[in-house]
Amino acid sequence: MSITLPIYMDYHATTPVDPRVVEAMLPYFSQHFGNAASRNHPFGWAAEEAVETARRQIADLVGASPKEIVFTSGATESDNLAIKGAAEMYREKGNHIITCVTEHKAVIDTCKRLEKDGWRVTYLPVRKDGLIGLDELRAAITDKTILITIMAANNEIGVLQPIGEIGAIAKEKGILFHTDAVQAVGKIPFNVGELKVDMASISAHKMYGPKGVGALYVRRRNPRVLLSAMIDGGGHERGMRSGTLHVPGIAGFGKAAELCRLEMEADGRRLRELRDYLNERLHRGLDEIYINGSMERRLPHSLNISFAYVEGESLLMGINDVAVSSGSACTSASLEPSYVLKALGAGDDLAHSSIRFGLGRWTTKEECDYVADKLISVVTRLREMSPLYELAKEGVDLSTMQWTPH
Amino acid sequence: MAYSSKVIDHYENPRNVGSLPKDDAHVGTGLVGAPECGDVMKLQVKVNPETGVIDDAKFKTFGCGSAIASSSLATEWLKGKTVEQALAIKNTDIVSELSLPPVKIHCSVLAEDAIKAAIADYRKKQQAAEAPAAAQPMI
Repeated sequence: MSITLPIYMDYHATTPVDPRVVEAMLPYFSQHFGNAASRNHPFGWAAEEAVETARRQIADLVGASPKEIVFTSGATESDNLAIKGAAEMYREKGNHIITCVTEHKAVIDTCKRLEKDGWRVTYLPVRKDGLIGLDELRAAITDKTILITIMAANNEIGVLQPIGEIGAIAKEKGILFHTDAVQAVGKIPFNVGELKVDMASISAHKMYGPKGVGALYVRRRNPRVLLSAMIDGGGHERGMRSGTLHVPGIAGFGKAAELCRLEMEADGRRLRELRDYLNERLHRGLDEIYINGSMERRLPHSLNISFAYVEGESLLMGINDVAVSSGSACTSASLEPSYVLKALGAGDDLAHSSIRFGLGRWTTKEECDYVADKLISVVTRLREMSPLYELAKEGVDLSTMQWTPH
Repeated sequence: MAYSSKVIDHYENPRNVGSLPKDDAHVGTGLVGAPECGDVMKLQVKVNPETGVIDDAKFKTFGCGSAIASSSLATEWLKGKTVEQALAIKNTDIVSELSLPPVKIHCSVLAEDAIKAAIADYRKKQQAAEAPAAAQPMI
């Protein structure tokens, strides 16, 4: 089989819309274009039916009841609604929120905003494997804690936080638990009942659905979670999120969720094999490369590797026909340092650059071979050119050298 | 980021990558930059003792494409120049030759620093080679 360049291996960033999803969306642009809130004519009924079908499909994927799904514009909005909405609603109860340093910016910056408004936020550290410690979590809880928000799977390094255990602790202490589950839902089994999650942010475009639509799962029983609305208006979505629903997007989201539910297991197995194959090929072809984050507790399609003694921008320049994301633990002129990699302690050794590989529904073995070959040749070439690699091979400890920062 | 065709050419076909024997009395080595800044350049010159002309130059660079190109270009320019002529190379010459954008000017500065450091190292070695003769204790 031949490959087409450039190769897309950045499925954590976004995914192409599955053609079956596009198919499901099309009738709702021009044919059934009604407003789902129009209760008194068939145009509205058709739109409403599409929305309710999608709500059920998404609820089925995460083991929720359809009424617990609130549609939003995407996961950033879902995170904002969950955290700010709960903070405002439960302010009487307490003013303390627990999160973690490697969360997505949609969570971190939302928490920072709340800090300015008088809330206290604890940012739990992560261990070298990228996971939080449950003892640290327990120790951080106070009688003022109203919310724990910890992501299910990390977007940069793909590690899976112990969500079920966190849910159990939150339940035991009577604290709400929100999880940004954007990278996990549709990729690995995720059941809000088993995991004791009270709120979960989900995004359509990370699971082969369209951009611009997401959802927040909001538990209705044990406990019934109440949220202050962040967007006021016509009182859509049980008053939690006003605004005319994006019917075609939601129809596509529902279809995408159904496909994930049916194909997740087979997809996951196939991608895990490919991911492991890519990883093995890179390790066979190169020395001094390091996996960032736990390999055991990780999304099946995710790999994040640091390449020692190679600078990030020159690495990307060499693999410009492969779409991946790059992070660096160091500040260079053009690449922002990654706070996630820094949190793992990857910044201790400064001369690394790292690449996030995200495999997906259309990734092939041939593409993995191409990417592996390309990386091995570029990294080898750049290392032959790297004074740091030369020094390291001579046995010089780079951290004790006298450098001349400029 | 858009790179000029000259930067891409130096990145893809770097000139004079490698190392010269750093203990050789006629070789000067400059190592400038820092890993935490994302750029480290090692630049070496070999000066012909008869003519005082640089007849070989090598580099190794950890850094972005523009840093690689700046040092690669520097080694090209150094060959055939006297030590004094080499010291006259300015970072602005590198900027204009490679059409470096403002955010990459530091790469050319680093290359100029590397040239100066290599020549300073060469001169130090020359002085050291002359000095011990005078200071040799009598036996």
